[in-house]
Amino acid sequence: MDRRTFLAVSAATAAGTLPGISMVKAASPVEIQWWHAMGGKLGEVVNEISTRFNASQDAEKITPVYKGGYEDTLTATIAAFRAGEHPNISQVFDAGAATIIAAKGAVVAAEDLLAEAGVAFDPNDYIEGVRYFYADSNGKMIGMPFNSSTPIMYYNEEALKKAGVTPPKTWEEFEEVTAPALKKAGYVPMCQSHLPWIFTENFHSRHNLQFATNNNGFDGVKGTKILVNNPHMRMHFSRFKNWIDNGLFGYYGTGWGDNQAAFEKGEAAMWLGSSGSFGGLLKSTNFPFSATFLPYWKKVTEKPYRTFIGGAALFALSRKPAEENKATADFFKFLSSPEIQYYWHKETGYVPITNAAYELAKKDGHYERFPAAEIGIKQLNDRPGKWTRGYRLGYYVQIRDVMNREYGRIISGETDVDTAFATIEKEANALLDKFARTVGG
Amino acid sequence: MQSSRFDSPLTPYFLLLPQMAIIAIFFLWPAAEAIWSSFFLEDPFFGTRTFVGLENYFEALTSADYRRAAWFTAIFTLIVALGSLALGMWLAVAADNVLRGRSAYKTVLMWVYAIAPPVAGLIGVMLFDQHIGPLVDFVGLFGHKMKVGVNWWDTAIAMMIVATWKQIPYNFIFVLSGLQSIPNSVREAAAIDCRSSVRRFWTVIFPLLAPTTFFLLVINITYALFETFGIIDLMVKGEPGNNPKTLVYKVFLDGFRGNDLGGSSAQSVILMILVLVLTIAQFRLLERRIHYK
Repeated sequence: MDRRTFLAVSAATAAGTLPGISMVKAASPVEIQWWHAMGGKLGEVVNEISTRFNASQDAEKITPVYKGGYEDTLTATIAAFRAGEHPNISQVFDAGAATIIAAKGAVVAAEDLLAEAGVAFDPNDYIEGVRYFYADSNGKMIGMPFNSSTPIMYYNEEALKKAGVTPPKTWEEFEEVTAPALKKAGYVPMCQSHLPWIFTENFHSRHNLQFATNNNGFDGVKGTKILVNNPHMRMHFSRFKNWIDNGLFGYYGTGWGDNQAAFEKGEAAMWLGSSGSFGGLLKSTNFPFSATFLPYWKKVTEKPYRTFIGGAALFALSRKPAEENKATADFFKFLSSPEIQYYWHKETGYVPITNAAYELAKKDGHYERFPAAEIGIKQLNDRPGKWTRGYRLGYYVQIRDVMNREYGRIISGETDVDTAFATIEKEANALLDKFARTVGG
Repeated sequence: MQSSRFDSPLTPYFLLLPQMAIIAIFFLWPAAEAIWSSFFLEDPFFGTRTFVGLENYFEALTSADYRRAAWFTAIFTLIVALGSLALGMWLAVAADNVLRGRSAYKTVLMWVYAIAPPVAGLIGVMLFDQHIGPLVDFVGLFGHKMKVGVNWWDTAIAMMIVATWKQIPYNFIFVLSGLQSIPNSVREAAAIDCRSSVRRFWTVIFPLLAPTTFFLLVINITYALFETFGIIDLMVKGEPGNNPKTLVYKVFLDGFRGNDLGGSSAQSVILMILVLVLTIAQFRLLERRIHYK
């Protein structure tokens, strides 16, 4: 199949789903579209938030449209943008952020959008870890943080009790104490669901290591080089491979769910997943579980640093009439209100993005009922370092695929750690260079 | 044969026009676009292009990942095309020999054809699930812990099984109708000459089925190369990782997932050339040996 045909077809389909914008009259509300990647239960919450916004006033109406996974949503947005049929708001995930931010003129910065619409905006309302990830190098917020999560460690309380251990704070503790005890108790001690996210990007943040040149990629696309091929990463993956070979760590492939399932079935005692998985785990497990912070290597850093946010942000696309931009700004404001943020946080497990929402959750006693729900936000508020702001790398979806491929090959024994990291470095830098030339940075 | 004439020499062209228009719009134009964009780096949002000559081709052909995908595609295509043909043919011959309840067998065997590829992929995902897959348990009886999505060969074999399974009914239907067109007199004459049904099959029935077999081989190869895409995407759960992937799946990954339009176009042009060469070769080499009635 040819890409263009597909683009044309999907753009045409997209056009078909747009409401009659031309028919908008003074009396009828200004309609805006929101394309998102939140399926299942998350999608229901998105719909509920939209319904509440529409019910809160008469002048504006938002329609959420589910466009599939994160990659599908980004591709659909790009196709629609080229056809001039794009939505007002598109949800773009962490790894796709560079693509949409580098497309100068495709996006109206959230901060500008809010300022133009006369909506009060103070970046300091947002929790620190969230503030910078979707911002430019000057700290101006481009994307509106929406579903923010960070990798944390879940553990099966029964399993740990049975093995007589507590959740490990450091990887040293894990490999010397926790994992052998859990193995002896008949468990797969630990598994994880996303090697590039948890063991690569956040590994750098947790240990305050530089992830890429050009200020982790924030300062521009030209000449940016990835710095994953460093001694700490190679050490970590050597140990990781060793754990797998000795039954101290389980690996069930690149699929997120396959690894999570091992934890849900009680096979694996601990699982590194997203803070946003909390709501789902409450339903899918039948044993008491809790969560704590992502372990770190004591030999790399005496005390750990905060992690990056994952998840996605909402981007306001350009080439839209001012009245629609005003509606988008109003919706962003509504979305960041403490009540809505708390509702979103409570229902899904994604972290609240504003301090006010966090306070509201605390006041409401949410964390007394579910202490694990607070881990993500606490970890995001851990001590900052020079390299904990985030990263901005182009063609990053492909770079993650390269990492996953090489990590998988390390685990299966098709390659060794040194060769794999050399390959990742070479291929990732080639992709970064290609991206710089593609967007003409 | 009686020949007929059109009143105007333009009429036949006029009548061909709808078909030609469809070919031009849906095949030639996109193909030309793919060739054109394969020489550029293209910004996904604005379509701004930078001419890079043959760089995209050079990059694809020199990448280790591309070579691995090409190698897997060759094995995958060979096994799926021949496997589904052999199994489909075997089942058709067996069903053809059944006297009682023949139509029930046929219906059951054709059934799978009605399953949409994504559904087939999902069934495959469940059958081979690491935690709950019955086929994983079955293989476990022989002492092998099958890990689809982790072990390259386990994943490759699971993909081949699901892709072959999906294509068997198609082969079954065509071989069965091919068998029914072989006159009974021929079969009876053969039965008098030779007692071994296996030998009768290879010396009489198989050669008579040759046109059908050849047609199916071409179709199966196209199927394995292009239409197994959905099955593969579902079985790797959209995350390629270090799983085996076919060339078409790689085109999709780079183009749709990665938004690298130029590189993805170059790869699809390479595929186009490959299929063209393959089809010409098949017709040149194989068709000569086949006798249509």
